[in-house]
Amino acid sequence: MTDPESVDLRDLERSLRQPRSLFSYAMSVLTGVMTVAALLPLFSVLYLLIVRGGRQLSLGVLTALPPAALMPGGGFGNAIVGTAVMIAIATALSVPIGITAAVFVAEFGVDTTTASVVRFSAKILTGLPSILAGVFAYAAVVLTTGGFSAPAGGVALAVLMLPIVLLTAEEAIKRVPARMREAAIGMGATPTQVVVGVVLPTALPGILTGVLLAISRAAGETAPLLFTALFSDYWISRSAPVFLPKGPGDLMRPTASLAVLIYNFSSSPFDNQIELAWAAALVLVLVVLMIKIAGQFLGRRSAQR
Amino acid sequence: MTPVEPGRSAPGLRRAMRRPGIELVPPVPASDDALSRPPSPLEIWIDRAFRHGSRMVAWATVALVFYIVWDIAVVAAPSVREHGLALVTHSTWDANRGEFGILPAIVGTLYTSVLGLTIGTLFGVSVAIFLSEGFLAGGVDTVLKALRLAEHPLWMRLPTGIENLLRMTVELLAAVPSVVYGLWGIFVVIPMVRPVADWLHGHLGWIALFGTTLSGPGILPASLVLAIMVLPTISAISRDALSDVPPKLREASFGLGATRWETILGVIVPTASTGIFGAVILGFGRALGETMALAMLAGNANLISWSMFSPANTLAALLANHFPEAGKLEVGALMYAALVLLGITLLVNVIGTAIVQRADASLKGLR
Repeated sequence: MTDPESVDLRDLERSLRQPRSLFSYAMSVLTGVMTVAALLPLFSVLYLLIVRGGRQLSLGVLTALPPAALMPGGGFGNAIVGTAVMIAIATALSVPIGITAAVFVAEFGVDTTTASVVRFSAKILTGLPSILAGVFAYAAVVLTTGGFSAPAGGVALAVLMLPIVLLTAEEAIKRVPARMREAAIGMGATPTQVVVGVVLPTALPGILTGVLLAISRAAGETAPLLFTALFSDYWISRSAPVFLPKGPGDLMRPTASLAVLIYNFSSSPFDNQIELAWAAALVLVLVVLMIKIAGQFLGRRSAQR
Repeated sequence: MTPVEPGRSAPGLRRAMRRPGIELVPPVPASDDALSRPPSPLEIWIDRAFRHGSRMVAWATVALVFYIVWDIAVVAAPSVREHGLALVTHSTWDANRGEFGILPAIVGTLYTSVLGLTIGTLFGVSVAIFLSEGFLAGGVDTVLKALRLAEHPLWMRLPTGIENLLRMTVELLAAVPSVVYGLWGIFVVIPMVRPVADWLHGHLGWIALFGTTLSGPGILPASLVLAIMVLPTISAISRDALSDVPPKLREASFGLGATRWETILGVIVPTASTGIFGAVILGFGRALGETMALAMLAGNANLISWSMFSPANTLAALLANHFPEAGKLEVGALMYAALVLLGITLLVNVIGTAIVQRADASLKGLR
């Protein structure tokens, strides 16, 4: 278009005196500042949790029952147990279904309409507001069984965990090298034997990453538990030892959870309860972050192999 | 001798089977101690059962979506029949008098979501550009070169290491439970925003946006926390879209003499724009359904106001605040509200997911 002689070489110079370079430099700095600013809330949250929650933390807080208004002391032992029980129920429901569906999507039904419909539904489920999972569990479980209970909370959490387990398991199964499948088929294995004996064990770290991710998400959820498990000031089973509920009957009562405890106590007018909310938040965040980081390391290692 | 049942997961094998004249027959008569042998009838039967079973479980996931919609719709049906559209247009919520209106909650949901999404998009896309364009790794590399450590085996891995660390930190932002953000918002964001809000109201109070004072909970603190919560969604999907842009486009732009930011704003962001747009829509879906932060920070007041400092309500917060203590009539109305929320979020999510998938497909054509 132009002959080389007419090109102004100063135009190609990179120097802050050039408006173009200056703009580029300024934008780089601005993006960096905005990225740092975006991370500030995380550090602010962690700092406050450690300062305000750490002060309260003791063995007593982890094992005692929530205090009544104006009472000193107390803790949230029953909320820890309640969260663990509901996560266990949700995991037992969502993980087998999620992995089996992922096996179909990634292994038996690759490139079929079913697979894409299932994948699309799972993506839609990921975007389901958590409170609607609670409304669903209320309509499906609370109204049928006639009361707030731990299984109702577990069902609500399972709806939220299922798509995470399914989509990550699908990715993990797809990463299994084709030659391993072919070797197994060559030995005369049926597709089922290939999946159970070769594909799933190889994809296990990736699948576990997804399960841990789903658990870390479910552990922090409050909205789905508000009107499925409600809250309780007592242990799951009052007479039995903490970790041994007498039978399923004992689970069919309102159940405490860490997340709902934080929500209830955050609006409390009593200092002791607010301080306990901070301590509970610290415990919850520590657990969630540890599970999530463990999952990410597992995922990184399986991706490197 | 019966032919071996071929595996469905080996398309090549299956295709070979269809060709006439080729039949898969084990070369040696099978014996129990042979290393490889054809599957027994029982194994073939188990295989068929498992494959059909997994197909059914996969369809169950699809059915779950429909079951959720159906289940909520059935419980909401009596209330829908009773109130009709009046519930959506009415604006008082008084359970004692049996008056239910969710117009303020719908307006509040849209107001907080749009405000939170705007802030979240601004920061989220910045983070995505910062992460995908290798600013950090490049910067660390420059420093290392200045210190003459760039070739050192120990320091060499630092740039990518730091970038991975930053990416993980952004993801951790999403890991903090929303109820903890709510708690943090009550004790940090509201006190921090209040002087700013008071100043804006005092000096610019004639603008409708700053028309009221901030008396504690309100739209602005709720939207700020909402922005933090949608940021990881937006930045993760945008980053994928940005790093999917073929390197040849970037190289061509540099070759024409464009500066780094002329390349980013003129070539890379426009190419990835469909993906970024999809990310924003999905972020919008998250913002619409976010509950706890809004239930704790928006103020739970059925008001319609232009002011950013006025307390408000959202559909999700309405459900969270009223459901646990609701009577039978109120539960019906709340179910109606849940149905409205479900309709809005499903629509937004279907559109967002479809856009992100389209963006993936169109970028594949560029490569």
